[in-house]
Amino acid sequence: MINPTLDFERPLVELEKRIEELRNFSREKEIDLSEEIATLEKKAEMLRREIFDNLTPWQRVQIARHPRRPTTLDYINLIFDEFIELHGDRAFRDDGAVVGGIASLAGRPVTVVGTQKGRDTKENLARNFGMPHPEGYRKALRLMRQAEKFRRPVVSFVDVVGAYPGVEAEERGQGQIIARNLEEISRLATCIVVVITGEGGSGGALAIGVGDRLLMLENAYFSVISPEGCAAILWKDGSKAQEAADVLKLTAPDMKRLGIVDEVLPEPLGAAHKDRDAMARIIKDALIRSIDELAGIPPRRLIERRYARLRRIGEFMIREAAQEGFPETALASGGGSVQAAAGPGGPKGEARS
Amino acid sequence: MPAFKDLFKGKQKYVTVKAVSVQEERAEGLWTKCTQCGELTYTRELAHNLLVCHKCGFHFKLTAAQRLSITLDEGSFTEFDSNLVSADPIEFPGYAAKLERTRQATGLEEAVITGQGTINGYPVMIGVMDFSFIGASMGSVVGEKVTRLFERATRQRVPVVMFCASGGARMQEGVLSLMQMAKTSAACARLSEAGVLYISVLTNPTTAGVLASFASLGDIIIAEPGALVGFTGQRVIEETIRQKLPPGFQSAEFVMEHGMIDMIVERRDMKKTLASLLALHERRHEVG
Repeated sequence: MINPTLDFERPLVELEKRIEELRNFSREKEIDLSEEIATLEKKAEMLRREIFDNLTPWQRVQIARHPRRPTTLDYINLIFDEFIELHGDRAFRDDGAVVGGIASLAGRPVTVVGTQKGRDTKENLARNFGMPHPEGYRKALRLMRQAEKFRRPVVSFVDVVGAYPGVEAEERGQGQIIARNLEEISRLATCIVVVITGEGGSGGALAIGVGDRLLMLENAYFSVISPEGCAAILWKDGSKAQEAADVLKLTAPDMKRLGIVDEVLPEPLGAAHKDRDAMARIIKDALIRSIDELAGIPPRRLIERRYARLRRIGEFMIREAAQEGFPETALASGGGSVQAAAGPGGPKGEARS
Repeated sequence: MPAFKDLFKGKQKYVTVKAVSVQEERAEGLWTKCTQCGELTYTRELAHNLLVCHKCGFHFKLTAAQRLSITLDEGSFTEFDSNLVSADPIEFPGYAAKLERTRQATGLEEAVITGQGTINGYPVMIGVMDFSFIGASMGSVVGEKVTRLFERATRQRVPVVMFCASGGARMQEGVLSLMQMAKTSAACARLSEAGVLYISVLTNPTTAGVLASFASLGDIIIAEPGALVGFTGQRVIEETIRQKLPPGFQSAEFVMEHGMIDMIVERRDMKKTLASLLALHERRHEVG
């Protein structure tokens, strides 16, 4: 398995390597170096804290994309007592980029859906690098509807760079299916808890990212556009992704501040992939807490609350009334109009009952 | 029976566009060159032809005001929420200046105009997006105005006609723009549950986050001929598949063939098509 070192981790990795060498040396030569090792370990610990307490947005994006970051199926296996995977959208194909099924969360039956990246090259090819086609989103919606029918809470894991940008995806209505999911999920009569575990890439993430409670891992990101895409538009230079990550406000703390997510789940020191079990425990606790809170709310009330949550998102200004100027005056000119000149379908001017 | 005009309270705002203003926008001179076939048309004639090339049928983009004026009955329009203006919620570099420049250049406050009016006498809630305002991208204001329109239509049980055009969610408002997709779609769901007709008209171009939300949720989805309709930008797809895309990919005709829309309607037939659909959905048996 690939285990790349991220640039900002390099000093730490070097230090860890030296500690390892000292340990081996000490064992082979039977020399007691425990004091030196302890000093270095202390130093490494401090360095680790220093690095991970001061992550830049771009560093978080890199962590969110780390090849060893736990995937949805990793979390499913660690969190649920039982998981029965279900397949297919009942219309076209079983999309490997989306997984789902029925699981038991500490004794509570739940429906689980999520985007699924591969854990190696072979699996990534089978799962299309975790980028769903329309049938993937349709499969997720099918399983959510099933959850509604049997009054099971839904847990949705989001980790996707984006909906797949391909010819067939367009032919099969990528835009339409995302819209459909957003509409249907907004009125699903059962509670939904969303966990953004890694990448929250635009519409492709939002399509399974609406719910009654949004949890987000500390180093996950959620964004309207990838930092690379933003940089390409803003500076005509995709390599300026680092700067773009800063301006997009895409980190978990940003999402909390903007009122998009309810809770930021802390990651173990060194990020989720350093201690999967600990990460899974943190998610599991948050899921149980969230579901126990939401499960008592009647479906009708739940849907009202969900709408109210979405309804308040957005920031704008209200210009004072009595403002002279456009658009009113720009629109309110008299004279010959395009309509009048056009002829067909002129005003009828009749009252309709 | 009250006249339909009695429906409107408060000041009416008349939307008419002088043919001469169309001319000024369109031409360096008296002639306009077709973007598609290169045909030169006398600009006034092009305006009379609703900005459709008489030779190849290319549909030029319309401003929101032009669209309203060729769609609604004269004098029937009342605008809603024109006082909502964009803030700069994530302090995005250059956004405030861009907004100001765009307002100056277009005379618009935002990328969508919403309001109510009548089409051949039938009352409608109408929204028109204007591509000249930052690519008709959807930020907080567009999302809010569209949502308020759907909510008003739900309360008053008046059909919605939405002329869509957009480059997608507005990058400069970050995730707040993305969330407008969910907000507007949720409002569509409520309109739908109330049993109120929603006709979505896809004009050139309707893409990305707007296509992936309210634009695709009409009971009836119409497109103008040749309109670009797609989720992902063509350059991104070409980079992904490392191939040139075939001509006509993501055109109105392409999405029609793939079952994504109900019909393609030429601009000159749009008003009467909308009027026919509205007539067929008239509520006859309601207790008034």
